[in-house]
Amino acid sequence: MNRLYNKKFIDKSITFLMIIFLYVIITLFDKNVSSLLRGLLVQFCVYSIMAVSLNLVVGISGELSLGHVGFMCIGAFVSAGFTTYMRSVLNVESIFIFIISIFLGAFVTAVFGFIVGIPVLRLKGDYLAIVTLAFGEIIKNILNAIYLGFDSKGVHVSLKNELQLGLESDGYTLIKGPLGITSIPHYSNFLIGVILLLIVIFIIYNIIDQRTGRAIMALRDNRIAGESIGLNVTKYKLIAFTISSAFAGVAGVLYAHNYNNLAATGAKFGYNMSIMVLVFVVLGGMGNIRGSIISAVILTLLPEALRSLQDYRMLMYAVVLIAVMIFTNAPAAINFRKNLKFGKGKLKDER
Amino acid sequence: MKDNKKVVLNVESLSISFGGLKAVSDFDIKIYKNEVYGLIGPNGAGKTTIFNLLTGVYRPDSGEILLDGENIVGKDCVQINKIGIARTFQNIRLFGKLSVLDNVKVAMHESYKYNILEGIFRLPNYYKKEKDMDEEAIKLLKVFGIDDLADVISTNLPYGKQRKLEIARALATKPKLLLLDEPAAGMNENETKELMNTILKVRDEFDMTILLIEHDMKLIKGICERITVLNFGSVLASGNLDDVLNNEEVIKAYLGA
Amino acid sequence: MKYIIYLVNGISLGSVYAIIALGYTMVYGIAKMLNFAHGDVIMIGGYICFLFMSKLSFNPYISVLIAAIGCMIVGVLIERIAYKPLRGANSLAVLITAIGVSYFLQNMALLIFGPNDKIFTSVIPNYPLNLFDGQLKISLESIVTIIVGIIVMILLTLFINKTKIGVAMLAVSEDKGASTLMGINVNKTIALTFAIGSFLAGIAGVLLCSAYPRLTFTTGAMPGIKAFVAAVIGGIGSIPGAFIGGILLGVLEIVSKAYMSAQLADSIVFSTLIIMLLVKPQGLLGKLNREKV
Repeated sequence: MNRLYNKKFIDKSITFLMIIFLYVIITLFDKNVSSLLRGLLVQFCVYSIMAVSLNLVVGISGELSLGHVGFMCIGAFVSAGFTTYMRSVLNVESIFIFIISIFLGAFVTAVFGFIVGIPVLRLKGDYLAIVTLAFGEIIKNILNAIYLGFDSKGVHVSLKNELQLGLESDGYTLIKGPLGITSIPHYSNFLIGVILLLIVIFIIYNIIDQRTGRAIMALRDNRIAGESIGLNVTKYKLIAFTISSAFAGVAGVLYAHNYNNLAATGAKFGYNMSIMVLVFVVLGGMGNIRGSIISAVILTLLPEALRSLQDYRMLMYAVVLIAVMIFTNAPAAINFRKNLKFGKGKLKDER
Repeated sequence: MKDNKKVVLNVESLSISFGGLKAVSDFDIKIYKNEVYGLIGPNGAGKTTIFNLLTGVYRPDSGEILLDGENIVGKDCVQINKIGIARTFQNIRLFGKLSVLDNVKVAMHESYKYNILEGIFRLPNYYKKEKDMDEEAIKLLKVFGIDDLADVISTNLPYGKQRKLEIARALATKPKLLLLDEPAAGMNENETKELMNTILKVRDEFDMTILLIEHDMKLIKGICERITVLNFGSVLASGNLDDVLNNEEVIKAYLGA
Repeated sequence: MKYIIYLVNGISLGSVYAIIALGYTMVYGIAKMLNFAHGDVIMIGGYICFLFMSKLSFNPYISVLIAAIGCMIVGVLIERIAYKPLRGANSLAVLITAIGVSYFLQNMALLIFGPNDKIFTSVIPNYPLNLFDGQLKISLESIVTIIVGIIVMILLTLFINKTKIGVAMLAVSEDKGASTLMGINVNKTIALTFAIGSFLAGIAGVLLCSAYPRLTFTTGAMPGIKAFVAAVIGGIGSIPGAFIGGILLGVLEIVSKAYMSAQLADSIVFSTLIIMLLVKPQGLLGKLNREKV
């Protein structure tokens, strides 16, 4: 039993050390790091957080969410809206504002996750996938259509255009429809990204390895048996989904404050990006936190480093998804691997 | 004979039909504390359906199920488990990717509570409860002789041990009544004998009341005091083992065939 | 008069959704899986028809037939290569594979045909019908699409209920194990379901591109998802449900585009799905399945 605990502890430690090691190396050799890589550093953290948090739903809870980027989008807009408002209207710019915006982004996204999750997680089957996909598209569409501004009279919202807001002369338009939010303060950097990633991983590891996480994984492995020992399916699936959404929100906060402008374009917040994050999770191994990070970093770096691969990138993702799924899940493949193990005498069936 | 003993389960005129077909009709059973009670009958007689009715997977069309005097009809699986019925499944349903130890620990989630934040930040309560849970789980696994396999992933266990683990997991929820659905299915003679001892040990050590479905008559004859024979969804005979097995109708309809 | 035009256009678009939804619902009913790639088979149908009609100057109707048969082959190949090995695996793995297939088809099309839109020439002559002294203009395309939708629906219902193969399909959707015992070849039946569904997707692809002539590698994605929404609203697994759901969704989309916001029309469609799942999760004509314990 102690062996089991040691194994878990070592496993977690490797992940933390790996990230810290990478951070130290990159910071030490800062002068030699190419500008290409430097531009990607925050993105590594963003997509690692995305992959790790999606893994909580897909790998740990066994449900499929195809709107993960939609939650990231909410976190990005809420936090960037807040920090931009603070700077442009109230002239406050400080790291504390950014920290508040992280909590704000995480909280609002969690609320959305909770609201979307309640009706869907009560149902069995593939509904979560299709509803989260729909939700992601709704969020993207609404954020592309919305205009939001402030003036002395309060908040104005329009779905038509900026003029319709009818702002006073002292007014300020925060969200400009398809243009989104502009002149966002640049708070994100590699250090903050790494710290956030470490915090997220810490929390997720400690959720998995406790009462709640065990229940979530038990329901993934066998829902009926889980109910028979008194586990409430909706409750535990909802916990996993809400926490995962909150972390997608955190990734959104980090993402938004890495650029000057934020728009809900299809290229950045579309369904394709949700699939990309899913590929990170599947390739890294479902339920494997470290694997998610490694595959997120490599798959973010690879197409940038090898531009010639760009055209084939999506095709490769598709093949990876199919091949990994068939290899790890096809009954024939599972039997094949089991026989291989039995052959080596690793396991003895006493029957 | 049993008048002085406490009734744990009392089921009266339980019925359910699926699409017009009566799967179970007017089923009665009364099980006393510390009994090992057998439910037998040919395939398709409705035995597993009765387990599903007792555990809240299906809701009966009519009838009463009293557990320790409390009516549990209309409650769902989760509530019924909390009130005190735990079960195993005909086709084993373990949490395949969890370790043997975790399979048992997850079933103790009601008895050892700490909240999610205490778990995330590893507060003292987390360590205390986890330690207590580990100790109790190992104790439980010892009863079944699988404590040395605690950190094996449960899907890698040999078949017979998977069955044992499933019983251990059910016991970990601290039920008043334990339902075993064909516990000896797929076991050889030695394994069945061992299982019989285990079941009796469980009854004595945990002060348990057990209702089991089984086809293996050796097991039934070996450990059950009273049995009920089910045929086409209704009770053909019930009572003391010997009386029932000598019942002419039973011999004609089921055993004599 | 305007609202009649919207209604006709809505029913016409809805007929396309309905034909696509039939493919989803049949596959879901029989193979118990959500074939995410179904929408992209539509796109393949569009490209095949475009290739034969515009590039190789085939007769439009022959091109449609080639497109439908081409889709049928693609559908069967997908089932054989990607889904069949996973029969009996958990549904999450199957779903992720289906997404992979969807992605694969899109990106193959991107590599072969390039990122630029192709302008699809309608297979139906542009011949608007003028009613009420020209107050009401209805395109022939809309009428033809609706008629095709009705014909498909009738033929499919007859096929399922009156032919031996159709009854076998019903049996497999009820109980795979028992069907095998009754001597039904489950693998063949599932393959046949994919063949029929994909054949219909080919026809739907041509009709869709005739109405919305911009053909690109993602052409099938959104209509595919909406058709799935239609299948869920109608009750997944139910053939008349898919048809009703499709029509409802088409009308809803056109009406919200016309009266509310073109940008938010999709959001309205998707919100309907979420509301539907809240109120009646089994859909209009579907039934709730109980898992065997």
